[in-house]
Amino acid sequence: MDFQVVVLAGGNSKNLTPLVSKELPKPLLPVANCPVLNYVLHQLEQSNLKDLIVVVEGEDAALLVGAWISGTFIDRLHVEIAAVPEDIGTAGALRAISHHLTAKDILVVSGDLVSDVPPGALAATHRRHDAAVTTMLCSIPVSGPLESGSSGGKDKAKKLGRYNIIGLDPSKQFLLHIATEIEKDARISKRILHAVGQMEMRSDLMDAHMYAFKRSVLQEVLDIKDTFQSLKEDVLPYLVRSQLKSEALLNRTPQGEENSNEKVSSQNNQAFISRILANASTPSFHGLYSENPDGSSSTRKTHKCCVYIASSSSYCVRLNSIQAFMDINRDVTGDADHLLSPNNIIGPSPKLGTKTTVGPNCRLGEGSEMGDKCQVKRSIIGRHCRIGSHVKAVNSVVMNHVTIGDGCIIQGSVICSNVQLQERVVLKDCQVGAGFVVTAGSEYKAESLAKKEK
Amino acid sequence: MGAQKKGATARVSEDPEELARHPLQAILLADSFTTKFRPITLERPKVLLPLVNIPMINYTLAWLESAGVEEVFVFCCAHSKQVIDYLESSEWSSQPNFSVTTIESHNSISAGDALRLIYERNVIHGDFVLISGDTVSNMSLTQALQEHKDRRKKDANAIMTMVVKQAKPSPITQQSRLGTDELFMAINPVTKQLLYYEDKAEYSKGFISLDKTLIADNPSVILHNDKQDCYIDICSQEVLSLFTDNFDYQHLRRHFVKGLLVDDIMGYKIFTHEIHSSYAARIDNFRSYDTISKDIIQRWTYPFVPDVLCGSSAIKVERQGTYRASDVTLSRSAQLGSFIFIGQGTKIGNDTKISHSVIGERCTIGSNVTIEGSYIWNNVTIEDGCQLRNAIVCDGVILKSGAVLQPGVILSFKVVVGQQFVVPAYSKVSLLQQPTQQDSDEELEYADSTSGTGELRSDKLNGDIAPDLSETASELGTGGVGYIWKVFEGAYDEEWRHSVAPIPTDKLVKLMLDRDEDEELLTQDGNVISASGELKTDSDGNGSEDDDNEDSRDDYVSFEKEVEATFLRAVHENVKVDLAVLEVNALRLSYNMASVDCGGAIFYSMMKLAVESPHNSASELHRNAADIVTTWQKLLKSFLHDIDEEIEVILKFEEMCLESAKEFAALFPQILHLLYDKEILQEDAILRWADEKEGADESDKVFLKRSEKFIQWLREAEEEEEEEDE
Repeated sequence: MDFQVVVLAGGNSKNLTPLVSKELPKPLLPVANCPVLNYVLHQLEQSNLKDLIVVVEGEDAALLVGAWISGTFIDRLHVEIAAVPEDIGTAGALRAISHHLTAKDILVVSGDLVSDVPPGALAATHRRHDAAVTTMLCSIPVSGPLESGSSGGKDKAKKLGRYNIIGLDPSKQFLLHIATEIEKDARISKRILHAVGQMEMRSDLMDAHMYAFKRSVLQEVLDIKDTFQSLKEDVLPYLVRSQLKSEALLNRTPQGEENSNEKVSSQNNQAFISRILANASTPSFHGLYSENPDGSSSTRKTHKCCVYIASSSSYCVRLNSIQAFMDINRDVTGDADHLLSPNNIIGPSPKLGTKTTVGPNCRLGEGSEMGDKCQVKRSIIGRHCRIGSHVKAVNSVVMNHVTIGDGCIIQGSVICSNVQLQERVVLKDCQVGAGFVVTAGSEYKAESLAKKEK
Repeated sequence: MGAQKKGATARVSEDPEELARHPLQAILLADSFTTKFRPITLERPKVLLPLVNIPMINYTLAWLESAGVEEVFVFCCAHSKQVIDYLESSEWSSQPNFSVTTIESHNSISAGDALRLIYERNVIHGDFVLISGDTVSNMSLTQALQEHKDRRKKDANAIMTMVVKQAKPSPITQQSRLGTDELFMAINPVTKQLLYYEDKAEYSKGFISLDKTLIADNPSVILHNDKQDCYIDICSQEVLSLFTDNFDYQHLRRHFVKGLLVDDIMGYKIFTHEIHSSYAARIDNFRSYDTISKDIIQRWTYPFVPDVLCGSSAIKVERQGTYRASDVTLSRSAQLGSFIFIGQGTKIGNDTKISHSVIGERCTIGSNVTIEGSYIWNNVTIEDGCQLRNAIVCDGVILKSGAVLQPGVILSFKVVVGQQFVVPAYSKVSLLQQPTQQDSDEELEYADSTSGTGELRSDKLNGDIAPDLSETASELGTGGVGYIWKVFEGAYDEEWRHSVAPIPTDKLVKLMLDRDEDEELLTQDGNVISASGELKTDSDGNGSEDDDNEDSRDDYVSFEKEVEATFLRAVHENVKVDLAVLEVNALRLSYNMASVDCGGAIFYSMMKLAVESPHNSASELHRNAADIVTTWQKLLKSFLHDIDEEIEVILKFEEMCLESAKEFAALFPQILHLLYDKEILQEDAILRWADEKEGADESDKVFLKRSEKFIQWLREAEEEEEEEDE
């Protein structure tokens, strides 16, 4: 397939501090002991999409990500790593690497997507319709941020992915309207309604940040609209809005558009009317719409914006908040454990002390040791952790090389790498940044603990 | 009120057997409360107008009877006596299982009044069908009724089920077919609840706004532009009491449905029932009269077609959809085309051609007459050589030989058209004079009081027509009788839309192109190139500014464009400064702008002109600007009354230098100086601008720094002055 994949892996996401750091950029954030980027790359590999550009924000992060990819996916994927400056937005990142894009169609996928929807299906839909853009929509995750948890990331998480208003045509193939996070009433253009007749407005779908673009369209939009920052907020809505009236964007020369309107002569009118009447059922409203009153077809340019709607049973969540991080870790070890790729197999069994119980839906990394009478429920423990006795870990994520003293109780928290929890620490709904030391006996609730940035 | 309603609710929500005991009732509004069928309806109520030679109300009643309705209340207002007389003499008064009761009112002006009156009579005891007497349908009510009842059992607030039908697919035919306004509806696809209804399209608005709670509450909403409202409603009793509660509700759709949807009255809900294969449509205007007549002739409405409805064998259907009564006298050389109806006792002369038309009873049609797509009612005399295209000709009309009716003509009762007279397209001709007082607000479409008096007058007219004859002879040719009604301004555009004549092709194309233009405007909405040249609003969606702001800014953008155009015209045509000032002032008033905005806009136009005039170097540009400022300083000055307005000009200039006319950036201090020299800007304004800018960001101070010298000089000059003063 002549598809080039751009993975927008991001860098140091502010939403995810203190989980991410200079040493651990967002793409390498472990989900069930496996970097989040792995999930996307694995899906791409499964769909036989092997020509990749991974875009990372920041040079240092790019080096780290590059090192990991070459270590893991060598011989399996053809990956280029591109570093772009931070905070230039998704559209900006694409603009920066635009000259690397050569294939006919470009698949853009967010590096923080944990999903079992095959990217190949999206690519196929895109090709089938010869669309300018195809976007993947998935159901808003039920286990999402709204009901579970009460961590600090909640408000942000609530905003994200909520109230996407999406307009679809009756066949659910075309995207007619998209708006995000409306504060006010939704405004729907009547023009597109005229063209389509009926439009289904959905608010239970979300944009999964996986898009297929026609390269020429993408490059021209990025070129002309140099203020566009975000794919989701700017580029996609723009393409959707202008789909019945492409502004000469599509690499077709705007030949005679001006005079064709004037040429409407009365003899052509007749033909025009008869065609309107004959067009009782048209395969696509785009086709009908592009017919011009003067009889020549498609001087009025249209382009198609398509959708691929993932089935409601599929899993599709973006890791863009701490809450999402917790959810994904829970789901990946629980309901959605088919996502764990084969290379994710747990190493040699960790050493467990006597009377220590590890409940279902847990992952223990290789080389970790646990003392006596520990309880681990619905939690993930990374590699080479040392956990003392009488430790209770529930609904938590513990990364690598963490030392946990005796009698600690950890609930709903994230413990980053190299953290040291001294004896009898009690954490509830906390995030502990890498390398932090929590002193003995301290108790925290819903706090974010991290070393001061120098 | 509350108690009554409770009683009603309790009764309806009782078990189905209880419900079944009530006979199914229907309210038939025999008055559409509109004026669209004038002038004909001044003399005869709309429901009695013949539709393929049978009064409209018969179609409605026949359908109600076949659909299982047992009791019909016919509400009559205008010409109520005619309706009552007709019903009493008709077969409907003597049907065994179908009772027709008339309710008469003389002062109702709307459907709302009618329903309030019916509520007072207390005759409706359960769910009822609400329909107007001009509806043709053959749908089966069973399913819709069942759905309605099932919903009621689950949710007592589901008080109404509206019948909708898929309209024709093409965007053009949707509108042109029935001549109705375009309709937008939002329906929940699962529950079929109606969430939004907009029938009088607000043409100025290119978008529909759905309430956000509506979207939040319904994960999926389908917006329809492709549905047609059949105006058949299954209602529960609450509908009547709601009309009584909300005494301001007049129009069924515009007030009642919208009120329920928008105001969320007591949580009442409206649902829709879509019919697919059956027929339902309402005769709302002359265009739908034409369309539905054709549908009837083509038997889409079977079994409600003329030969079945008449019952007897009087009418025979022949090939090509020709309906012919038994005793038609037809000349051998007459040519009858397809899809025509010819009523009893009609005589047709030699070489007459008729196609796609309906001709009533006892008409006399001469030789060499051409009739196409026309509706000729009873007792009409058409003399030799007349030509009729897409016209409606009422009872008793006489067309003298050689008269021509152009498309869209309506001839009301007993009009006489003189010899060789050509009645211009879309004319409405009546023996009655046009009511001088046109409803000021036609949107409301209330039947005004004249419909009552019209009846009286027509009675009088029938008595002594003779005196009128001579007076009006001139208007319809020699020997003609009748007044040609004037088309009111504004209504003229609508004439072709509602006319019986097909929409001319050029109008159709125009309609299509208009829509295109609308779109262009709309696209611009999302993507306005503002006068200052920056690319606007593509990112607006992410909302740095809210909508109100956006609107006013859009206004400003178009205002600025207008000013620029005015200015350029002034320059090219050497318009006097005074005139230009007047024009800009007029613009300012029409856009509701302040004079601050005018100053900015004029200055912007001037500078833009300077940039656009050919120049090779900065100094030439400076000279261009100087020339223009010198020539037009008076124009600019007349909008700069105080310091604030002058500061606005400086800010505007700064904005230009940053965005649209970067060439000026280097010249900023020079131009500033120029403006000072020309006394367009006072030094106070410049200094205050400088002071204001002092506190701004570094990036904002670029131009301040550049003009530092000049400002320094100004300050010193000021101090010197002050010293001198001392």
